[in-house]
Amino acid sequence: MPPAKTSAKPSVMRSVRDIAIVAFGQTDHLRSTDELSEVEMLMPVLHQVLASTGLKTSDIGFTCSGSSDYLAGRAFSFTMALDGVGAWPPISESHVEMDGAWALYEAWTKLLTGDADTALVYSYGKSSPGSVRDVLTRQLDPYYVAPLWPDSVALAALQAQALIDAGDADEPALAGVAARSRGDAAANSHAQLSGSVPQGDYVVRPLRAGDCPPIGDGAAAVILAAGDRARELCERPAWIRGIDHRIEAHSLGVRDLTDSPSSRLAAERAGAFERPVDTAELHAPFTSQEIVLRKALKLGDDVSVNPSGGALAANPVMAAGLIRLGEAAARIHRGESDRALAHATSGPCLQQNLVAVLEGES
Amino acid sequence: MASAPSPEVLRAPLVVEFPFTRSLGPVQSAFLTGLRERTVLGVRTTDGRTLVPPVEYDPVTADEIRDLVEVSATGTVATWAWNHEPRRGQPLDRPFAWVLVKLDGADTALLHALDAPGPEEVRTGMRVRIRWAAERTGAITDIACFEAYEGPEGGEAAPHEGEFSDPVTGIVAPARLDYTYAPGRAQTAYINALSEQRTVGERCPSCHKVYVPPRGACPTCGVATTDRVEVGPRGTVTTYCIVNIKAKNLDIEVPYVYAHIALDGADLALHARIAGIPYDQVRMGLRVEPVWTEGARFPDHYRPTGEPDADYDTYKELV
Ligand SMILES: [Zn+2]
Repeated sequence: MPPAKTSAKPSVMRSVRDIAIVAFGQTDHLRSTDELSEVEMLMPVLHQVLASTGLKTSDIGFTCSGSSDYLAGRAFSFTMALDGVGAWPPISESHVEMDGAWALYEAWTKLLTGDADTALVYSYGKSSPGSVRDVLTRQLDPYYVAPLWPDSVALAALQAQALIDAGDADEPALAGVAARSRGDAAANSHAQLSGSVPQGDYVVRPLRAGDCPPIGDGAAAVILAAGDRARELCERPAWIRGIDHRIEAHSLGVRDLTDSPSSRLAAERAGAFERPVDTAELHAPFTSQEIVLRKALKLGDDVSVNPSGGALAANPVMAAGLIRLGEAAARIHRGESDRALAHATSGPCLQQNLVAVLEGES
Repeated sequence: MASAPSPEVLRAPLVVEFPFTRSLGPVQSAFLTGLRERTVLGVRTTDGRTLVPPVEYDPVTADEIRDLVEVSATGTVATWAWNHEPRRGQPLDRPFAWVLVKLDGADTALLHALDAPGPEEVRTGMRVRIRWAAERTGAITDIACFEAYEGPEGGEAAPHEGEFSDPVTGIVAPARLDYTYAPGRAQTAYINALSEQRTVGERCPSCHKVYVPPRGACPTCGVATTDRVEVGPRGTVTTYCIVNIKAKNLDIEVPYVYAHIALDGADLALHARIAGIPYDQVRMGLRVEPVWTEGARFPDHYRPTGEPDADYDTYKELV
């Protein structure tokens, strides 16, 4: 694949090497997996992506993972999971205390440098041991916000109300996002919630149970490869045409919660607006966030949004963003998409956003 | 060697609790000290906006900002969410609204709680004022919450030196999270066997090494270890150290010896205390066996068996 010679805007970062997602695997996402340790939950997924490429762990040039000690309640918890990738003798390895989408970003930069031709990226999260609503309060501003313990649903509800006040959504519109997502998830055997799911009662008004993601455990893995190596490993690689991530001011009261300028900027830098996409996998754990993202990313009604069911169908914290990249890539692998946008988020109310544009060769 | 039966899942409560001590910069210090004195301070950006709560760097331009101003304790709800089931640590223990409030004189909003009888009493645009906590220490919780307010609007932000006697320079933010720890399949089997005073490891199906305690995976091969193997009870000291400092809440006399012990049949050494021998006579190659105390869930210590020392070649791979 020669480097693209299109009339790219100078702001769009062009990669010096072509890199693709060549394999994707995920667990079934379950409310609880307490019979399994993290590494026990993760290993089948690692074996799945290795088997689909024919690679052995010793063939992998770089390994990067995403997870969080706060979910496990233990320091350096990722080191235990490393046993699952065959970390002895020492391997080239890194970890982000974040969603695996950011681990994929790190692996992509590693491949860009030419230091490696293949990378294994994995992430996992078990929310079942703790209360994820409370756990996520610990990522907030420790001076002004965290002492008030505003949980993840409360902060999303503030964003939803702002959206309703702005006339961008109402409760039936939110319910529609939920119904479409869970309906689409009926075709996703890994989903935790699928089919017809009642909207239920308010959790934090205006968000009802149906507007919120399920709480559960799960893991995901992808393999990246550069250039011809990607073609050897995968019949139709999902080429990463651009990838970028951006962050907003941490204070919620500084931001316009009805918009996501960081998503838009990341999408612009990833080249998402150069040509239309046919698929978008959006990491929107709350129904209201899909509405914010659709607008920020200028997605028309002709784009298939979250055909996997998205995070409303399965939201293993720390893996759900990587799964968006994986689901988008898998659609390209299967020939169901030619150009897909994948988005991952982290932090309250879409604070940090990563956007990748993936393409298959025709 | 037996294939692993599906184990009964072990679970135990795990509480993680920390008092996080954090120092404050000049702006945060002035703001939190101000709250203690019932004074709300903001900071002016280079383009003339007033940020409340204040920060030390402009979120748009990243300019350093130090220009403090005082704003009103009254304001307007920018957005809200009704929380009918308050959670531990939240500002009120009865149903309340989360609110983002733009205080009069400020251009940005502060997150806090609004005390209101029900959701029908709350709306975007409603007027509110701060209800101060009776006891104030210089923390965001010095604002107990907001309450509905019908009085006049506050004025413009006014310059403020941000100087108070006895300024707050740090906060202690206690955090507590409750977990239920479940150790997973391999470690459950290990713990269950210990309760029968047996030690089990797991063998890698690929390289055939036996791991003790088992974690469910071979770190060399990256595959699941499934074949359960009983190891020990006797073993060999592969290396050791002499501990000379008494740990808090530990009633073991110093000096004592802590050692790596390769149990017979295991390919990984585990660690335990050695007793029943003067500390300065412990050596590599010493043969030891576990000593269980009544009702204990793991061996209290290991003691010499009296056998001849193991030959170095038999354990050199495990040092
Ligand atoms: Zn092995």
